[in-house]
Amino acid sequence: MIKERLGRELLFFDGGMGTLLQEKGLLPGELPESWNIKRRETVIEIHRKYYEAGSDVVLTNTFGANALKFHDESYSVEEIIKAAAENANEARRLGVTDGREAYVALDMGPTGKLLEPMGDLSFSDAYEAFKEMAVCGEKAGVDFVHIETMSDTYEVKAAVLAVKENTNLPVTVTMIFDEKGKLLTGGDVASVVALLEGLRVDAIGLNCGMGPKQMMPVMEELLSLTSLPVIMKPNAGLPVQRGEETCYDVEPDIFAGWMAKMAEKGACVIGGCCGTTPAHIEAMVKACKNIKIKPPVYKEHTLVSSYGGAVTLGEIPVIIGERINPTGKKRFKQALQEHDIDYILKEGITQQEKGAHILDVNVGLPDIDEIQMMEEVVTKLQSVTSLPLQIDTVDVRAMEAAMRIYNGKPMINSVNGKQESMDAVFPLVQKYGGVVVALTLDESGIPQTAKGRLEIAGKIIEEAKKYGIDKKDIIVDVLAMTISSDAAGAKTTLEALKLVRETYKVGTVLGVSNISFGLPDRPVINANFYTMAMQQGLSAGIINPSSEAMMRSYYSYLALMNYDNNCEMYIAHCGNTKSETAVTAPVKMDLRYAIEKGLKEEAHGISKEMVQKMPPLEIINGYLVPALDTVGKGFEEGSVFLPQLLMSAEAAKEAFAVLKEAMEKTGLSEERKEKIVLATVKGDIHDIGKNIVKVLLENYSFDVIDLGKDVEPEVVVAAVKEHHIRLVGLSALMTTTVTSMEETIRLLRKEAPECKVMVGGAVLNQDYADMIGADFYGKDAMQSVYYAQRILKKM
Amino acid sequence: MERRMKEVIRYLGYGNHAVEAQTLEMIESSLLELEEKTSAKSFYRIFDIEREADEKVTIGIMHIESRNLSKNLKGCEKAVLFGATLGAGADRLMQYYSLTDMGKTVILQACAAAMLEEYCDECQDEIADAAAKDGYFIRPRFSPGYGDFDIRHQKALINMLELPKRIGLTLTDACMMVPTKSVTAVIGLSKEKISCHRHGCEVCTKIDCQYRRN
Repeated sequence: MIKERLGRELLFFDGGMGTLLQEKGLLPGELPESWNIKRRETVIEIHRKYYEAGSDVVLTNTFGANALKFHDESYSVEEIIKAAAENANEARRLGVTDGREAYVALDMGPTGKLLEPMGDLSFSDAYEAFKEMAVCGEKAGVDFVHIETMSDTYEVKAAVLAVKENTNLPVTVTMIFDEKGKLLTGGDVASVVALLEGLRVDAIGLNCGMGPKQMMPVMEELLSLTSLPVIMKPNAGLPVQRGEETCYDVEPDIFAGWMAKMAEKGACVIGGCCGTTPAHIEAMVKACKNIKIKPPVYKEHTLVSSYGGAVTLGEIPVIIGERINPTGKKRFKQALQEHDIDYILKEGITQQEKGAHILDVNVGLPDIDEIQMMEEVVTKLQSVTSLPLQIDTVDVRAMEAAMRIYNGKPMINSVNGKQESMDAVFPLVQKYGGVVVALTLDESGIPQTAKGRLEIAGKIIEEAKKYGIDKKDIIVDVLAMTISSDAAGAKTTLEALKLVRETYKVGTVLGVSNISFGLPDRPVINANFYTMAMQQGLSAGIINPSSEAMMRSYYSYLALMNYDNNCEMYIAHCGNTKSETAVTAPVKMDLRYAIEKGLKEEAHGISKEMVQKMPPLEIINGYLVPALDTVGKGFEEGSVFLPQLLMSAEAAKEAFAVLKEAMEKTGLSEERKEKIVLATVKGDIHDIGKNIVKVLLENYSFDVIDLGKDVEPEVVVAAVKEHHIRLVGLSALMTTTVTSMEETIRLLRKEAPECKVMVGGAVLNQDYADMIGADFYGKDAMQSVYYAQRILKKM
Repeated sequence: MERRMKEVIRYLGYGNHAVEAQTLEMIESSLLELEEKTSAKSFYRIFDIEREADEKVTIGIMHIESRNLSKNLKGCEKAVLFGATLGAGADRLMQYYSLTDMGKTVILQACAAAMLEEYCDECQDEIADAAAKDGYFIRPRFSPGYGDFDIRHQKALINMLELPKRIGLTLTDACMMVPTKSVTAVIGLSKEKISCHRHGCEVCTKIDCQYRRN
């Protein structure tokens, strides 16, 4: 069996297929997979030559045989995969004459589409396409599945889950990196290792993109990070254009020399990709067959990851931002209830800017659908930040939903010593991968002593082993107890921290600010406790990165412990911190000027001062509105341009936020705002124009319900009905998507005939807008504001 | 002022008007940020051209009916199919800033557009040099969606070059390219030398365009 041999002996894959088929007459753009039936003999011959050259594994000719990429009138995916497996089997029968055990692997390449949120392919559609392939492959009798040439961690996750959940086949993965060690979608080697080890694939590695020489440094990085057997399948060099041919010019002997070096350094499975031929593989097998394998080395480090990178939890403490959590936060609760996702995303971005390494995500509230909200927030956060997330929920279904769609290896908050909790959470970690926070409490509550908490930690670690979860993927929370109710609370916590670290050598985490409930000047106690905890071995503090006191403790600790080269981070953070008062405006600048010039910080500072002396409404009518009018008029006359218009809008937004807060404090409620629905239509992913309109409409005190991009007509109609909307704005960029705009309008006319529709976007003009039945065409963003005012307000 | 800066300002719609210091500063920082967070990639291949009628051109497996493209390729025996992208980084940056700063977002989008054009020009120069060795001259690049060259040909072009795998350039069902800052184009190769207006926005027939040069 392949599984037993991986990492124990050197195994040989085959070489290129596409380049050889093109030599035999396959046209660029033609579906190579159709040759499994149309040119069966050719495919068998290529496979056979690889077996004869010494390949232990031959990949079926099914790279693009998924329903999203393979569109052929004559053959179905199932027929192709069946034929492909038969061809490889036949080649094995003909080509393996020395009695060795050789394998046929189902080759699974990418869909050729980009997944949401950046592209338009949903995770579940990608999953279904891979599932069909995997199921057909198993039915056709392949020995395992090899997923290759993947450049997107999200897509590879869909593929691995599809294979694992629907077949019993082993699965190996190789990804395509560039010379900087980056995926096309931005991920690095560590993020790939974290994800794929978490998903428990059988071997990982690199293929395509580069020649062996360029791959070498990336391979070494991979070897230093992974505990799995490593597969290497380089191209025969970088592609060169010679006349009409795309050539690869590393000759078989040179290729073989490089592959021998790779095997000596620790690659366990070697083969070739584009441009390599049976001659390359033959030379490689000859050069490598006596090399003694270097078995994979187990790595101790704890990794969490996102699509863009990984964070190591170890000796140097990291910061987990605690702000995405409704507990005790009125404004956040309101955002959840009103489905104000932007507010939540901004909390994420702010924490990232303040220095968080990981973001905790807790969106649990009794009156909302937590599963749906968790999925939405995790997905949207991952479109604006590459920080790894910590999925924080007591609802196991919400936890699983989030773990499934999460792009990377998440942190999970949490499991505890209760059998029921472990029974529910560990299977999820086993399946999706993750680093799980283990709370040291169980059926009898939280032990009073450090030793008691240590015991629970031990119990959890033992139970995890049953699921094959290593202790490096467990991070223990010995629980910070409020000292105002339990005088020895902090002491016990600190003792337990140290004990856990020393006894089990696992990472630790604490919700630091719990310590100070009920005390005055909480940041002082929190910051001191934080330093003490790090000193006792805290790997990750769950804190508020916007708290200056906490961040000072953090950077001081790093500097004092020699974790901060030349105190660079300390200096960067503390060297130029402005005191609160320093942001006030220079003399003579008034709010009107600040907004007209688009000065955000000044607008904020000045309105804060003004609101002490003047009623908010007076400020709005006397300063804000006139400033916006001046800028808006200037824009129309051609003396103010789009960047300036938007900077002013953002400055005004800052001022409005200050005034709104002040009004709420004094019990004054804002006047009821008119709601407008905005959407970029189905099929369209360019939403910059819509976002411009949104900022401006908000400035003119409309309440915008932003449905985002690629929005189905039905979703627009549903929102209109739910909120009794009188005006909808639609945007589209291209001729190909104006048809969905037309469809949306048609549906609106039918279902909500009272509702007006304004449209805008690059391809539109008045004629086009009339043709598709819109009420109004906005040639620029200000026009939509004026129209909204005309329709919704009597101005 | 460097050319790139001028292009950004043109994309932002300033025409000949003066640009505020604050905006200029933001353009500079945006260009730096994009340099750091994006990595441009490209790929091309050469194909034979076959013509049936005046308006019909076949390039590899792509059968195109387009008067404009035919005119562009007049006298060409071969054509380069070309794809380039700034990559996912540019989209991510714009997505990030669209939450907190739309002014910055529109500036980033103009900067990314200018960088991409500049990168395509560099690639085109390399293609011209390579073609010259075989005695060919190049024509201006012509993209699906220009004139009557149907944007739906994007699909075949991208498949023929295997662009998703090679440079990460993909298409949505509505034929939009993702990452969004991407270009595909046909570049004619001919034995006769006809001047190649590389920066030929002036040749476009849409004369009321606010972004038009001059």
